[in-house]
Amino acid sequence: MNQRSGMTLIVKTITRMVAAFIATYGIYIVLYGHLTPGGGFAGGVILACGFVLLFLAFGKDFALEILSQRGTSIWDCLAAFAFLAIALLGYIGGTFFYNVIAKGEPFHLVSAGIIPLANIAIGIKVAACLFGVFIALVLFRMARSPEEMEEE
Amino acid sequence: MEVLTVPVLYILLFFMILGSIVALEARDLLSTVIAIGAVGYGLSIIYLILNAPDIAIVQVVVEVLVLVILIRATVTRDDTTYGQPRDVFALASALVFAGLFLGFSYYVFQWMRPFGSPLMTVAKDYLAQGLEATGAANYVMAVLLDFRAYDTLGEATVIFTSIIGAYVILRSIGRKRRESAFRDDAHS
Amino acid sequence: MPKEMLPYLLTMVLLMIGVYGIVVKRNIIKIIVGVIITEYAVNCFLILQGYRDGGIAPIMTADMNTATFVDKSVDPVPQALILTAIVIGLGTVALMVALAIRLYEKYGTFDISEIRRLQG
Repeated sequence: MNQRSGMTLIVKTITRMVAAFIATYGIYIVLYGHLTPGGGFAGGVILACGFVLLFLAFGKDFALEILSQRGTSIWDCLAAFAFLAIALLGYIGGTFFYNVIAKGEPFHLVSAGIIPLANIAIGIKVAACLFGVFIALVLFRMARSPEEMEEE
Repeated sequence: MEVLTVPVLYILLFFMILGSIVALEARDLLSTVIAIGAVGYGLSIIYLILNAPDIAIVQVVVEVLVLVILIRATVTRDDTTYGQPRDVFALASALVFAGLFLGFSYYVFQWMRPFGSPLMTVAKDYLAQGLEATGAANYVMAVLLDFRAYDTLGEATVIFTSIIGAYVILRSIGRKRRESAFRDDAHS
Repeated sequence: MPKEMLPYLLTMVLLMIGVYGIVVKRNIIKIIVGVIITEYAVNCFLILQGYRDGGIAPIMTADMNTATFVDKSVDPVPQALILTAIVIGLGTVALMVALAIRLYEKYGTFDISEIRRLQG
């Protein structure tokens, strides 16, 4: 890992310790959205915050290796289409957004039909979207050299 | 615990009002950003004591990202505007409008349901049938992704559009475009 | 006005502070902050609408029966709608900040009356 990019050694060490926990917590919030407080929106924003933390602590090269700008666009579009596909799946049962999958037993992880699937799609979508806009805000301006800025 | 809800709510609302005044009147832009962060965290505690844990979680993490984005906008840029409002007319019209609005809302509140006893005609059905109809124990998710899923689809579209807008605005101008832009400047 | 309406009035005061920031301030970042305050006030007002005295969060656990839950739970509908509104708010803030950065690069200032003068 490049020692010179990013923040100080203390920040890097702490980030290395907590990054996995943040990712786990975000995934837990997404998966258990239909049983406990949370859901796709909250979990997605937590995952995006985890990526932002990696970006700020280790510098842009490390974070973009995990999830590049192109990657965020692809994940974003895929998740949006997955959500739309789940909505269209309802036509099997008759209407848009009909809950076609078996409800299962309440208060268990595999229950509530399409709701966990939609939560996962929204979580991925929100995470990719917000990390993408963060990259756009930070990187697109950094990519230009100061001389170029002077020229304009 | 239930006795404490309303006093804590008042304290937090006054804290938010003070924090937003500080945010708008502070000289330094960094102080503005920090103050708006304090307002947002106060709001998330309000959501928590109003029995809305889902929204409290979302508010906390969204506040973190808003802070990061706003600090990105303000840091290393020198602030040039101090004090003076835009003009006297704007200040006067804003104050008159605020007074009128508060007066009318004071008048309208007589016909609203008092705080603490909501009118739950639709929600009663959702609460009664939600578990059999959707199988989800979290009723907020049941409403969000089953009963009112169209809203969520619209929300996904809106956030997609806003991100595309940010990309278009921030993208560096291509070389060809920039050269032609310079030529136009030379001509004019 | 009964005493129970005081929280509504306080959120309206917060809304008016946000509008004051949008109309009067000259700095673009201050205007964005005004928009954020307005959004917070509206979200808070809608959540206050759904609150019930001595209520519980609208999340069921296995040891509850439906009848008592219907009598005690707060209103889940405003919560579900505000949940999306908060995330949309983040998207619009990002868009506004992108515009502000762009304007700063073009004109070198955050002052909108200055920008107007430079343009014309």
